[in-house]
Amino acid sequence: MATMAFNRALSEIKTDPTNQPFFDGARAGKLLIGKCNDTGRLFWYPRGCSPFTLSNNVELVEAKGTGSIYTFTVMRTKEPYCVAYVELDEGIRVFTNIVDCDLDSLKIGQKVKLVFKPTQGDGPPAFMFTPV
Amino acid sequence: MSTNGKGYIVGAFEHPTRKADNTSVAQLHAEVAYGALQDAGLSKDDVDGFFCTGAAPGLGPLNMADYLGLTKLKHLDSTDMGGCSYVMHVGHAAEAIALGKCNIALITLAGRPRAEAMATGTAPRSWGVNVPDDPFEIVYGRTVANAYAMCAMRHMHEYGTTSEQLAWIKVAASHHAQHNPHAMLPKVVSVEDVVNSPMVSDPLHRLDCCVISDGGGALIVTRPEIAKSLKRPLVKVKGHGEATKNQNAGYTDVTYSGAVWSGPRAFEEAGVTPKDIQYASIYDSFTITVLIQLEDLGFCKKGEGGKFVADGNLISGVGKLPFNTDGGGLCNNHPANRGGMTKVIEAVRQLRHEAHLKVQVPGCTLALAHGTGGLLGTRHGSATVILERE
Repeated sequence: MATMAFNRALSEIKTDPTNQPFFDGARAGKLLIGKCNDTGRLFWYPRGCSPFTLSNNVELVEAKGTGSIYTFTVMRTKEPYCVAYVELDEGIRVFTNIVDCDLDSLKIGQKVKLVFKPTQGDGPPAFMFTPV
Repeated sequence: MSTNGKGYIVGAFEHPTRKADNTSVAQLHAEVAYGALQDAGLSKDDVDGFFCTGAAPGLGPLNMADYLGLTKLKHLDSTDMGGCSYVMHVGHAAEAIALGKCNIALITLAGRPRAEAMATGTAPRSWGVNVPDDPFEIVYGRTVANAYAMCAMRHMHEYGTTSEQLAWIKVAASHHAQHNPHAMLPKVVSVEDVVNSPMVSDPLHRLDCCVISDGGGALIVTRPEIAKSLKRPLVKVKGHGEATKNQNAGYTDVTYSGAVWSGPRAFEEAGVTPKDIQYASIYDSFTITVLIQLEDLGFCKKGEGGKFVADGNLISGVGKLPFNTDGGGLCNNHPANRGGMTKVIEAVRQLRHEAHLKVQVPGCTLALAHGTGGLLGTRHGSATVILERE
């Protein structure tokens, strides 16, 4: 059996001044991740402070956009969709969707790559992943 | 300073309704508060500490204290960590009593998500405005069901846990619910019934999910001298622990819960171990919630939860660890989508030897109640209490 993912309507992403640079990156087709300059460690989700030191000595760095599925589930609603944590090759796990694939064929550990999908309203696109 | 022995649960009441079409949430709070006070042999003007959550109508305890006519309050607490809040409140009440901040604490919960036709588990939902993680998660259709399902999927991958093992948790709950006249789902189900029920969010089937119900409950916690002056069996708060767990800044591991911290804190304060526990109320929003919490609380080794729950090990009179003898959230009720209150109430029934005869643990003197609030797969609270009959 195959359950093909389709482009479901995505709710508008409400941004705020702190996360705006991340979503500006999304508009430019980049997946940005947080980096703490006190420790050199990467973090998710991006924020204005370091979750390791609480200082604001943080920046955004671009991820390669490749990774593997850490875990996932397919919501069996009328329009099924896949929610997942993808482990980026940079080592952090991000909450996302897996799209443009047969949802019944997905496996933990599967390699995936970055795609962007438009959202409703004037908001930024949402980063997602699709099997390589 | 320990709170071991500083607080006693002297009143407990569970609302019998499961669908409250013709009343309000505030009135449900009033009915459970009255019920718990009657149970304790106390009256409203004895209450000087009041605990509720953001699920109560209004600003913290403000509007409910007014509605209930609580005029003697000197200690207020609206700690809200979702469904486990009421387990935390028991600990917080013992703390407040130990410090002399209040003498008689009332804890209430009520809600009517069923009457309001709320899509509790399957519709994306925010906890409020300006929540910093929302822009990174809501657009992906994060729901209660999928945030727990991802934990089950990874647990299966790492430890070989099966859908049939998870189903045993529901089967055990249904064996208990058949004796509860108020249970929403009193029919005994089989492993096959669970795994053949429709898939909600892989690998969780409909029967892996708790019910959506209206209702509520209330508890009264007081100091030892007052407890001993009342007529109810003495149920002592022996240990309490709480914690919060989240995505750990992107280094998330969804195979364990905050129970790995709240559990040991409660056991240490109580001076007992998991082996000593005769009855356990374990939050059961989903079957996987139970399995992960049982492992994290130390009832079995990490990864061995599947084997532990199989073959009726959680069924009272059959297995080694009787759990949720009221039928739990899986079969009985889950008022206001918050199961912590009913977890404490059934533990109190067991310790009073007032559970249904068919599920009563003989000579039960030591029980545990544990809750998870929020989403197991993203960020959640954990609370554990250990209760002892004197």
